[in-house]
Amino acid sequence: MEGAFKKRTSKAGVTVVPRPETLSKATWLPALAKGLGVTMRHFFTNIATGKDIATIQYPEAKAPYPHRYRGLHRLMLREDGSVRCVACMCCPTACPAHCITIVAEETGNPNEKRPAIFEIDELRCVVCGLCVEACPCDAIRMDTGEHAHPTEKRFEAVLGKTDLMSRGTQSIATQGGKKDWRDTEKTP
Amino acid sequence: MGIVLLFLIPAMAFGGMAVALVGILGNAIPWIAQHSWGTWAMDPWFQALIKLALLVLLVVMPIASLLTWMERKQSAMMQDRIGPNRAAVLGWRGWGIPHFVADALKMIFKEDFVPAKANRFLFTLAPLMAIIPVFVTFAIVPFGATACPSQMLHVVTDAQVAACRGAVPLQTARIDVGLIFYFAIASLAVYGTTLAGWASYNKWSLLGGLRASSQMMSYEVTMGLAILGAFLVFGTLEPNAMVLAQGPNPIDWGIVKQPLGAILFFTAAMAETKRTPFDLPEGENEVIGYFVEYSGMRFGIFFLAEFIEVVFLSAIMATVFFGGWQFPFLYTDGFHFSGTLFGWNGQMPHIVVLILQTTAWGLKVIIGCWFQLLVRWTMPRFRPDQLMNLGWKRLLPVSLANILITAVVVLAIQAWGAK
Repeated sequence: MEGAFKKRTSKAGVTVVPRPETLSKATWLPALAKGLGVTMRHFFTNIATGKDIATIQYPEAKAPYPHRYRGLHRLMLREDGSVRCVACMCCPTACPAHCITIVAEETGNPNEKRPAIFEIDELRCVVCGLCVEACPCDAIRMDTGEHAHPTEKRFEAVLGKTDLMSRGTQSIATQGGKKDWRDTEKTP
Repeated sequence: MGIVLLFLIPAMAFGGMAVALVGILGNAIPWIAQHSWGTWAMDPWFQALIKLALLVLLVVMPIASLLTWMERKQSAMMQDRIGPNRAAVLGWRGWGIPHFVADALKMIFKEDFVPAKANRFLFTLAPLMAIIPVFVTFAIVPFGATACPSQMLHVVTDAQVAACRGAVPLQTARIDVGLIFYFAIASLAVYGTTLAGWASYNKWSLLGGLRASSQMMSYEVTMGLAILGAFLVFGTLEPNAMVLAQGPNPIDWGIVKQPLGAILFFTAAMAETKRTPFDLPEGENEVIGYFVEYSGMRFGIFFLAEFIEVVFLSAIMATVFFGGWQFPFLYTDGFHFSGTLFGWNGQMPHIVVLILQTTAWGLKVIIGCWFQLLVRWTMPRFRPDQLMNLGWKRLLPVSLANILITAVVVLAIQAWGAK
């Protein structure tokens, strides 16, 4: 029988690997004992200590998301609580899903605009984070760590300015950038 | 600690059951029989009925239902999960135990669906054909020694028990054919699966039924031959006599005298229960199984029958290979040791011995179930050709060789009188 298991190459080019039938393979028992050993070890470890258990009991306990997890959007605030956004239209321009709608309005300050309407359709959002990259004044962020909330109607998933600002906090960045950055920052 | 309690508490329940049984059969029944209206009470058929009912209702059904929970919890523990823990009774989650109640409720209230072209009579009959044989086979299982109701609080010897009037054997039917009866009845269970497969009018279930019948018939051969070695060693077919022949010393138990027979029988009988690694008849990703068209409690009966088979396999393994109800080193009148231990000479009242023995039996059955679940969640499913190869080309010749060697050794011992 030895010859039958010799390594040979068939006409189709398939390499036939010899797998001789040994007693331990034919009886299945050594492999079974090994497998039972593994499962039994896990069983007793978990009964006694439960330290290997990977389950997270979801509604009560939540897995910590990675630091840079992109969650629901929020709009950041200035010192006086108004929105940081200057309606520059960078984010709707960058958005590949066209889910951001901004309508700008006058503020009275000739240097700045502000959004009259700022809407994000969370159903269209592909959570790519390009809006955050595009924003020049740290107004839009995706660091809430929240999922898009489930809604009954589609329009409820469109978040307006107040919704987005309700999660906002004051940004430590200087609004409009530093005036004399050449003096304060050393060039490398 | 928790795991010890988990095994011990159900086992203790058996001890309680044994006492209740002796109380009913030893005291209540003779009291009824004293009256002119109650002469029927001493009828052996009636007594057997009480025993089987108590055994099935108090032991088999609770264990089988708890096994549905145990299977999930144990597989979860083996796979680093938590397992069921949500169903609660009045806020008590109890490690997921209430889940089996929730399951039963769900099955009862689900729609009882019968396919349009199914044979309604056979479709209804099939679950019953699957579950009744496994209940009936419990009749031969001895779950305790012979009890003497009038001597419960005294230390008794074997001779006193044998001479006892109104002794209650803790076994439903002490029939001489014993395990042959088991094989005869168990082979009827094939009808349940085959009928289910055929009557559903579904190709998948038909394939499942075919697989089930071929598998069960193939492995019955090995099962019978594997246990034949034990017949030769103990010289009897009657389960209680086998237990008595094994004695309380673990060195005399069947697993020591017939290790190969034990492995062969366990493998073949596990194939009979149609559970992984032998679950081809219900391979979920291949043919779904002979009960694919069954829903609600009809499916539940198949499900339950499977678990009762698991309990029964443990009971038979315990009886033939692990000393049955024998508690290690415990004789009818207590422990035997030379001298005294803290002023105690090892003697025990009859009732304590009975409780210990029944508890030992329960513990063996539960550990057997646990081991079967362990195998079920460790091994992958066989391929059909592997299954047939294993059954006919490996287990069968090995079991024949086992019989031959056992017979020669038994004959040699008889001829030369070696101890």
